[in-house]
Amino acid sequence: MVVRRGGSLEGRIASSEITPHEAFLNRRSFVAGAAALGVGALALRQVPGLIHSGAVHAQQKLATVASKYNVPDAQTPFAKATTYNNYYEFGTDKSDPAKNAHTLQTRPWTVEVSGLVKKKQTIDIDTMMKYRPMESRVYRHRCVEAWSMVIPWDGYSLGEFISAMDPLPSAKYVQFLSDDSNKDMPDKPGGFNWPYSEGLRMDEAMNPLCLLTFGCYGEALPNQNGAPVRVVSPWKYGFKNGKSIVKIVFTDKQPHTLWNDMAANEYGFYSNVNPNVDHPRWSQAHERRIDSSTFPRTVPTLMFNGYGDQVASLYTGMDLKKNF
Amino acid sequence: MPTRWIPSIKALVHGVCLLPLLKLIEMYRSGALGLMADPVNWITHFTGYWTLFLLLTTLAVTPARRLHPRLGNLVRFRRMLGLYAFFYATLHLSTYLFLFSGYDLPTVLSGVRAGHPGVVVDEWKAVWPTILDDLKKRRFIQVGIFAWVLLLALAATSPAFVLRWMGGKAWRRVHTLVYVAAASGCVHYWWLVKKGVRAPLPMTLALAALLLARVAWSARKRWRNSVANG
Repeated sequence: MVVRRGGSLEGRIASSEITPHEAFLNRRSFVAGAAALGVGALALRQVPGLIHSGAVHAQQKLATVASKYNVPDAQTPFAKATTYNNYYEFGTDKSDPAKNAHTLQTRPWTVEVSGLVKKKQTIDIDTMMKYRPMESRVYRHRCVEAWSMVIPWDGYSLGEFISAMDPLPSAKYVQFLSDDSNKDMPDKPGGFNWPYSEGLRMDEAMNPLCLLTFGCYGEALPNQNGAPVRVVSPWKYGFKNGKSIVKIVFTDKQPHTLWNDMAANEYGFYSNVNPNVDHPRWSQAHERRIDSSTFPRTVPTLMFNGYGDQVASLYTGMDLKKNF
Repeated sequence: MPTRWIPSIKALVHGVCLLPLLKLIEMYRSGALGLMADPVNWITHFTGYWTLFLLLTTLAVTPARRLHPRLGNLVRFRRMLGLYAFFYATLHLSTYLFLFSGYDLPTVLSGVRAGHPGVVVDEWKAVWPTILDDLKKRRFIQVGIFAWVLLLALAATSPAFVLRWMGGKAWRRVHTLVYVAAASGCVHYWWLVKKGVRAPLPMTLALAALLLARVAWSARKRWRNSVANG
């Protein structure tokens, strides 16, 4: 964990009840102090291991407005949400992305919108971020691996962006393709069908819960969390939410998705959180809730991750055991 | 290796084999585990990794002895290495039973301290159906438990008086099960990871190399015998 790496901080964190976010801020000021001592921001950039990629975004506070979509659950500390990530392009261990994602260059960044739309276009990330006021929404985040977090995401409803893009009536699905350039991700593991591809049915994507996400904890997304733009659909397992998106494609057929290509019996296209459908290797009835306690509590998993009121109607008449 | 060195080297091996446990304890005491997002997952992988590592080290003793006549008394360390492998396998299994399963260990511990030992059983009743379900349905858990049971049998038959009671031949035959245990451990690892993840590969290759060394050795012996007898 990055937070413990700075030698001078080790004692302070271990000996007190500083919350990880504060610890992270302390570390950040440590980095700032080092810079002031003459190491210089440029030098730090040239030794990427010195700074946590999240710290690169330290100055990028986002202006957000309140949202009605908040869960009351205790939030996962920032330090845990940014050091325990599944982002295989940066390594298959959950501690890898925080160490390796500093190679991701998030500016300049554009998102190409194509497929079944009135006008194909390429949009600059900063234009995209300003399109709607950014809301801070506290969502439950359930990983298919049976752990969960509670994270304040910052963004606006994907549906608002999609409407602005004017998809054709024939568009039934929307596909999200992630960055896979060798420059940004020099050590992608082999054996995967890169780029990372995910998709949603159009009515799922238009559901206001589905968040086009640019930040978390009031700051621009750390690289390992999917900077500069990702999708968050909180009623689905985490892997449904494409990170570092570079292409959005409207299609009339169900798009292929990376994990479904890898193991169709484990990862369905819908992948709605469902305590009644086991993963082949573990039960999905419970989850380890990652919060500030030393050992995560095990809590029951809720149908649609507890968002049934907003999304259950999308699946009326569907057999969710078959369409898992 | 001179025989008089053995006691001090044994002390050293004990120390090295206890390092992973000490690291775990230190991480718990320092609060480092609490800063980790999913310590249960980490402890599970950590103990599983050291089980396999020590099991392979145990299996490496015999091929290493054959490299040079003076390495012959390496065998004096084999049992303790094997027992440490069993020790970490038991920690690994306990992590699954008392942390991974949803067993609420913190609540149980504070309950016991407050004078309600019944909470131990209550919590167990709560998680038992999940564990039973795992045992019935998940093959990576089945093969993992199988490997642990084999190691338990080997640990139980490891004292010198059991060897004498069983007789060397029967004892050696039973203890060839260590190969099955190590192979089961690798299979357990492969069946656990997601498709595309190659983390179990180094351990598997090491096991394959150790098994090949044995095959090569017995082939050489057979060839020499046939030359000598022919």
